[in-house]
Amino acid sequence: MSDLGTGEPLLRTAQLIVENDDVANTLELPRLTSRVDVIREICRHLAPYQAGERPIVGETIIAKDLTIDSLAIMDMVMELEDSFDVSIPMNVVAEIHTVDQLADTILDLRAKR
Amino acid sequence: MGLFDRHAGLLEAYRDVRTTGADPFQIRMERVLSPTEAIINGRKTLLVGTNNYFGLTFDPSCMEAAIEAIRAEGTGTTGSRIANGSYSEHVLLEEEIAAFYGMKHCMVFTTGYQANLGIISTLVGQGDHLLIDADSHASIYDACKMTQAEVVRFKHNDPSSLESRLRRLGDKPGNRLVVLEGIYSMLGDSAPLREFVDVCKKYGAYVLVDEAHSLGALGETGRGLCESAGVLDDCHFIVGTFSKTLGAIGGYCVSNDPDFDILRVTVRSYMFTASLPPSIVASVRQALRVVKARPELRKQLWDNVATLYDGLAAQGFKLGPEHGPVVGVHLPDRMLAIGFWRAMLDAGIYVNVAVPPATPNGVSLLRCSVCAAHTPEQLQHMIEIMTGIGRQLGVISATPKLRVVAGNR
Ligand SMILES: Cc1ncc(COP(=O)(O)O)c(C=O)c1O
Repeated sequence: MSDLGTGEPLLRTAQLIVENDDVANTLELPRLTSRVDVIREICRHLAPYQAGERPIVGETIIAKDLTIDSLAIMDMVMELEDSFDVSIPMNVVAEIHTVDQLADTILDLRAKR
Repeated sequence: MGLFDRHAGLLEAYRDVRTTGADPFQIRMERVLSPTEAIINGRKTLLVGTNNYFGLTFDPSCMEAAIEAIRAEGTGTTGSRIANGSYSEHVLLEEEIAAFYGMKHCMVFTTGYQANLGIISTLVGQGDHLLIDADSHASIYDACKMTQAEVVRFKHNDPSSLESRLRRLGDKPGNRLVVLEGIYSMLGDSAPLREFVDVCKKYGAYVLVDEAHSLGALGETGRGLCESAGVLDDCHFIVGTFSKTLGAIGGYCVSNDPDFDILRVTVRSYMFTASLPPSIVASVRQALRVVKARPELRKQLWDNVATLYDGLAAQGFKLGPEHGPVVGVHLPDRMLAIGFWRAMLDAGIYVNVAVPPATPNGVSLLRCSVCAAHTPEQLQHMIEIMTGIGRQLGVISATPKLRVVAGNR
């Protein structure tokens, strides 16, 4: 469906990545998801949008430092929602700027489940 | 920072478009001749991009009804129905649409955009949950910005993606409203509505279906996907427009909810804008009669869809996933789409060009909309021209594929 999955998977975390994900396989996630895992998964989605040589790090401002547009950001969020079995409302997404903030939001929502 | 600086990126993209020699977003129809032809740039042009699915814009009975109404009641209502009151015809139109769907209530709006904007943003509020398809129309996205409800998107036409989002809500308080479209406006694909409805029932969610592009086209009596999928009774709200199949302008929402009428004093896009003029109401009432009386128009439309879709598929074009009154032709990128569009116009054929960010997944499309009034000759001509241009531009190969299975992405 989305084009996001087609980029080179630079940072593979075998146990986390759910190919052709649908509902059921999200249940296979390990119980404890570390912050590193979440950041790694976010970076995997963002890799195709890297601008030049600048690495993607926690402080990277997603909409500004990368070549990703707002629609692709929303599509990435949808993928992350399924990978980590959380829902991130659109108004919350609007407040997220950096990779760190996105990871923290996902971890917070996971903790509240 | 100047007022327009924030649009710098868009301005640049728009300049790219315009420097190709024609501006697809500012086409002037010098004279519209019929539902399928207009004079553009001084030349007679075939229209295959105007959402005029039944060709009713020039239906003599609808035109007469509008003219009579102007003579009898003037050109406009000069205010909203809350302020200036309703004309009898507004009320009769609402009764007729409600009866058409077998629903108790109907509210008519000045556009379909305003119907979605007002209804969706008002039905859910603080503490509620709004779930929308990722490929929803702009009017639905704009409603999301106006509501206090939490909005979550699910994957396009994917009931399991909706289900996982409803499941995650668990026992959180608040109503759940799911918004779907009968036929999606860019690629002409329909929602798997029955599966969606099953999921909504399981989780106690309300269902709203926008039948903008499916009114007239789908269902045994033209009521849309809700009818063809056999789930009319499970759809709590149906929204639609008068601007496509019915050939005029305006929007509506029907429902069986006993408290529906409270929306007349809460939905701001209904309360604070002028109501439809008598001529429009009269032509829409007549157009609805035509839709009911002439089911052959639906058959003609789908015959024409098959001609265009299968014809283009056979030449190797990559199309939307299924037959639909909208046929979306995929092109590799924005500039090629615009060049293709302009070559079509130069050859006397008008279609729409749809490029990011207006399209799902960043695709670039030529968006064709089929009309029941298109003749087979017009459509064959269009396929020939498109094939020629497609080969020139290297979009399709010069030797057509022998077999292309229609319906494959
Ligand atoms: C899916 C969908 N909903 C609503 C609308 C709005 O309709 P209207 O032209 O009546 O404002 C459109 C048309 O642009 C549409 O495609």
